[in-house]
Amino acid sequence: MRRVIYFLHFFLLLFLLFQFQAFAKETNSIQIKGSDTMVNLGQAWAESFMEQNPNALIAVTGGGSGTGITALINGSCDIAQSSRDMSPKEYKLAKSKNLDVKEMTVGIDAIAMVVNPDNPVEELTLDQLSDIFTGKITNWKEVSGKDEAILVLSRERNSGTHVYVLEDVVRKGKKEGPEEFAASVLMMPSSQALEQEVSSSKAAIGYFGLGYLTSKVKALRVLNPNTNTYVAPSVETATNETYPLSRPLHFYLPRQPEGIVKQFVDFVFSDKGQLIVLETNFVPLKKEQVQVQPKS
Amino acid sequence: MRKYYEFIVESLIFISGIASILFVLLIFIFLLKEGLMLFKDLGVFDFLLGTHWYPISEPPRLGILSLILGSLWVTAGATVISVPLGIACAIYIGEIAPGWLKEILKAGVELLAAIPSIVLGFIGLVTLVPLVKKLFGISTGLTAFSGSLMLAFMAMPTIVSIMEDALNTVPKSYREGSIAMGATQWQTIRRIVLPSASSGIIAAIMLGIGRVIGETMAVMMITGNAAIIPHSFFQPVRTMTATIAAEMGETVQGSQHYSALFAIGIVLFTITFMINLTADLSLHGKKAR
Repeated sequence: MRRVIYFLHFFLLLFLLFQFQAFAKETNSIQIKGSDTMVNLGQAWAESFMEQNPNALIAVTGGGSGTGITALINGSCDIAQSSRDMSPKEYKLAKSKNLDVKEMTVGIDAIAMVVNPDNPVEELTLDQLSDIFTGKITNWKEVSGKDEAILVLSRERNSGTHVYVLEDVVRKGKKEGPEEFAASVLMMPSSQALEQEVSSSKAAIGYFGLGYLTSKVKALRVLNPNTNTYVAPSVETATNETYPLSRPLHFYLPRQPEGIVKQFVDFVFSDKGQLIVLETNFVPLKKEQVQVQPKS
Repeated sequence: MRKYYEFIVESLIFISGIASILFVLLIFIFLLKEGLMLFKDLGVFDFLLGTHWYPISEPPRLGILSLILGSLWVTAGATVISVPLGIACAIYIGEIAPGWLKEILKAGVELLAAIPSIVLGFIGLVTLVPLVKKLFGISTGLTAFSGSLMLAFMAMPTIVSIMEDALNTVPKSYREGSIAMGATQWQTIRRIVLPSASSGIIAAIMLGIGRVIGETMAVMMITGNAAIIPHSFFQPVRTMTATIAAEMGETVQGSQHYSALFAIGIVLFTITFMINLTADLSLHGKKAR
């Protein structure tokens, strides 16, 4: 009998713990989920914000833009980070769950097309990139490189970057266009894995957000069709919109922000928050902030 | 009071006992419910034998032949590598190694089983993948072969520990009898011990294969995930498990893509079920004799 009483005590304790957790969640914790591209950025914001507000508890997780938006619709996160626009389908689904989704653009990202530093190719046009990803061009010599088969790498389909490159590079801006990534394209589960592979394979080409660019890979210059010049991806060229492959980064909120979430959003838009955007190698919203040099 | 207490404990134990069966049933029903929706507007054979996997296009093309073949290639490779190694290892541990070494080896094998698959995958990505690329002079090390090699490590502990148990159940008198007839130790192992433990060995192999085909994280990291029909081991492949893991987060609930991923789950479930059934039958076949 005593054992039963112990058990009851134990359950009571568990129950209280859960209650406590639920209580804590309501007041000062924020769940942020979504784009892998934005995880580091979100983490940097969260750390800086929590320094100022020691009571706040912010958890940032990745999984892809789609994962974040799905979580937002299912009510399991407070802010979804997304590197692509929410689709009409997703808006409809959110509406059916009585969510009044708010979209906020919190920064800009440039997609770097990367190759191995030993690759002599320096610049490509969007048409050439499209042909490479669809498998029409299979050898580097066709784009004035070495005589070597191209190893094409892409991000997985749950990545917002994948969807962006599919629509704006592979399909050249026609969202529903018939072009597809060739079946032989390797799908990498993360930007780090892709960087690792490009840095070790001389024949590889891949892409990821400017924030992941390291010295172990080389970013290609891409032809801007309006000015007819080749432009390298950088914070400057993305801000003055001369680099053709850049996109907005969004926050999606299930309703008008209030309480701690509002404080956090305000922080993100503050000068300090936008400086963090620059420090994590993304492009801040206000053009004058480009003058501030990054720390590293 | 005591009777009351007894009743509660008994029913709790009963519920725990049938819980696993209940869970399997519920999981299977859920899989069927979500997955079979797909076949309302897509033929079963178009799905199983279709060669194009473009789930996020309009309209989506959902053929999983390349994914099934990808899983089978990786599994076959891992089996070819891990079975001989595993059998040899189990024979050494069970029959030949002296007592103290036996304990160390057993602990080592168990430790290998305890390494999380994502850790193995990560180690494979930074060490094995560049090595395979260099060794075979291919453009990328992200191939079915790398996946097979890594998964072989994961299947080994399962094969070794179950097979070692099987060897243990062979009565000592068999071995003594064989040696008394003038047979050497190797002859004893080959002609007496292995045949009498054969059903346990088959079960060990089958469970090892079951482990490999369901493995997800490591294969997703090191096989390249290109949905093509593989022609050699040194090509990237995309497995069924990696496809589900990589795409589930993106799908809208109730969409065709979503049901297709569940339908892949049904295919996987069917395969692992058959493997486990084979293992079970071979174990029980022995008891009946």
